[in-house]
Amino acid sequence: MQKLNELALEKAKTLLANGTVARVLGWKKGELGYDLEPAVFYSESDLEGFIYNAFSGANLSKYLIEESKKEGKVLVFLKPCDSYSFNQLVKEHRIVKENVYTVGIECQGKLDVKKLKEKGIEIVDGVIENVDDVTVISLGKEYNFVKEEVLLGKCSVCEKHLLSYDEVISLHDKRTPKLDRFEIVKKLEAMTADERYAFWKGELSKCIRCNACRNVCPACNCLKCVFDNDASGIASKANSDSFEEKLFHIIRAFHVAGRCTDCGECSRVCPQAIPLHLLNRKFISDINRLYGEFQAGEDDVTKGPLTAYTTGDAEPSEVFGGNK
Amino acid sequence: MKKISCENLSKLYSEIASLQELYLPVKESGVTNYKKYENGAEVDIKTLKTVKSAKDFFFPQTEDMMEFKVNGKNIEINDARKVANPFVIFGVRACDLKSFDILDKVFLQEPVDTMYKAKREASTIITLACNNPEQTCFCKTFGIDASNPAGDISAIIVNGEMLFEAKTEKGAELLNKLTCLEDAGDTDADAERAEIVKKSENLPFANLNLDEFKGENLMKLFDRPEWAELSKACLGCGTCTFVCPTCQCFDIRDFITNEGVRRFRCWDSCMYSEFTKMAAENPRKTQLQRYRQRFMHKLVYFPQNNDGVYGCVGCGRCVQKCPQNLNIIKVIKKLGGKNND
Repeated sequence: MQKLNELALEKAKTLLANGTVARVLGWKKGELGYDLEPAVFYSESDLEGFIYNAFSGANLSKYLIEESKKEGKVLVFLKPCDSYSFNQLVKEHRIVKENVYTVGIECQGKLDVKKLKEKGIEIVDGVIENVDDVTVISLGKEYNFVKEEVLLGKCSVCEKHLLSYDEVISLHDKRTPKLDRFEIVKKLEAMTADERYAFWKGELSKCIRCNACRNVCPACNCLKCVFDNDASGIASKANSDSFEEKLFHIIRAFHVAGRCTDCGECSRVCPQAIPLHLLNRKFISDINRLYGEFQAGEDDVTKGPLTAYTTGDAEPSEVFGGNK
Repeated sequence: MKKISCENLSKLYSEIASLQELYLPVKESGVTNYKKYENGAEVDIKTLKTVKSAKDFFFPQTEDMMEFKVNGKNIEINDARKVANPFVIFGVRACDLKSFDILDKVFLQEPVDTMYKAKREASTIITLACNNPEQTCFCKTFGIDASNPAGDISAIIVNGEMLFEAKTEKGAELLNKLTCLEDAGDTDADAERAEIVKKSENLPFANLNLDEFKGENLMKLFDRPEWAELSKACLGCGTCTFVCPTCQCFDIRDFITNEGVRRFRCWDSCMYSEFTKMAAENPRKTQLQRYRQRFMHKLVYFPQNNDGVYGCVGCGRCVQKCPQNLNIIKVIKKLGGKNND
């Protein structure tokens, strides 16, 4: 996997040098070995900070809303999951596709720093990544893990594949996830209403309304969020009760339904470890049942089932019973 | 000094809780935060950094200030401030304790913030030394000793026992009431404290250079081109400000209820786009400006106005929690001065 970093770096240098692109959107090294940050690189010397490794979990596609509107082309590295967000944003006319040079890059799942910390790893000096396992070097010791133990939640069930790009950097077939992403949805559906309420109350009551989930979400791309708009009369920074946040998150999930690609960034960034993606995944599961299998972001033109009416559309009652 | 075996800590919690409301780090739904102690709570004193800091006890995320009730042409104004009953906070780390000093400088200067003061006075703080400071801890950079926080009572774990020492009269009063504790005899914590100091010293960010952050460099720092790069990935969310023990900005808003209007205050974040929105203009239009504000405040403006005391305690919560891994360490390393690499 280390080879991927070298190839990506080489690609970035070449395309910058020959003028194909004016800048590069990628990931930059941090201070602790795992704290990579999304960054824009303008020159070969800038690129000294570039890195693509097991901690390049951040989805870069949303940054293209701004970057693709600037002068000159931007090179972006897209992991499989990022590219679905990219397509969705192109479809929604938020990214100027002509100004982006896309390089798809192999991904075998990214690591969750929180899970590593639970295993006693606080700083990372190196990572040796294989398809199914990973060795983390920390303070002189080597720790080997099977991927499932330490992957980000979004990666452990990832079935996304490399889509169409200007170029692709890939050396291995993608690993097949050992878990089905809808298993957890089925578990929630199997709960009684009271159990489910207790589950979500426990989770959503932790919300501190930092808006990290909204701000990182590629589907949350309104120029101004209604919750930030004082004139809306509903802009709020406080809850009237400890569970009011359920409404914020449920409204947000409705708003992105049919457009959410299940990129999992909401749960990756939540400081209180709320599994927000489960709300979205429930919607995806329902959409699949109601309208047939649909994956948002699979391409950048197809209208989603919730934005296109066909006479064949199912009435919810046909699937879930109850009155029309 | 008094002591108790760590195996019997639940007895201690129950006894304190029988005297006053007790708040301590509890693990719930996978994360550790301060909660009111209840029997069966999963108390977690291993986690150093609760997600939300201990500042919540004195400066909660939201609190009511007053209520307006409209009756015909009369408006009745009621005090909605809650009475602060005496309470105990257990397990406060050295960094969070220091954050109270910083908040005091803001809320206890004239005009005194009565809501903050009432809660501050109602509290008894039991601190806990950090036996195993983490890689993301850098309190030492700000002159804080993780091995020996004070508070009203200081606690430290030594060889499976927790030792207690009263640091104030209020602390001594509480300590004397606790029958589950035994006399510590000649047990002392000096060796353990020395060990912690050594560990803290060896952490990667223990000795960051802050030399450049001084008032006379204000404009120079303000204009540094590196802010663009430092803030590039910032999402403009409020995570860093909400988990920060020293961030103290708030907004005052009105909530229309069935009976009238409730005025409350709530945390605000300088990272938010509307934070500086005023009638005529919003002076901070870009995320770069907002990002710069947060760090200039902590590292330059605050110390300039407060005898050199920085507005950061090195707890490392922002280092752990920023969605895109931006944090104050990266700022200090870039702008703080020499030898930061």
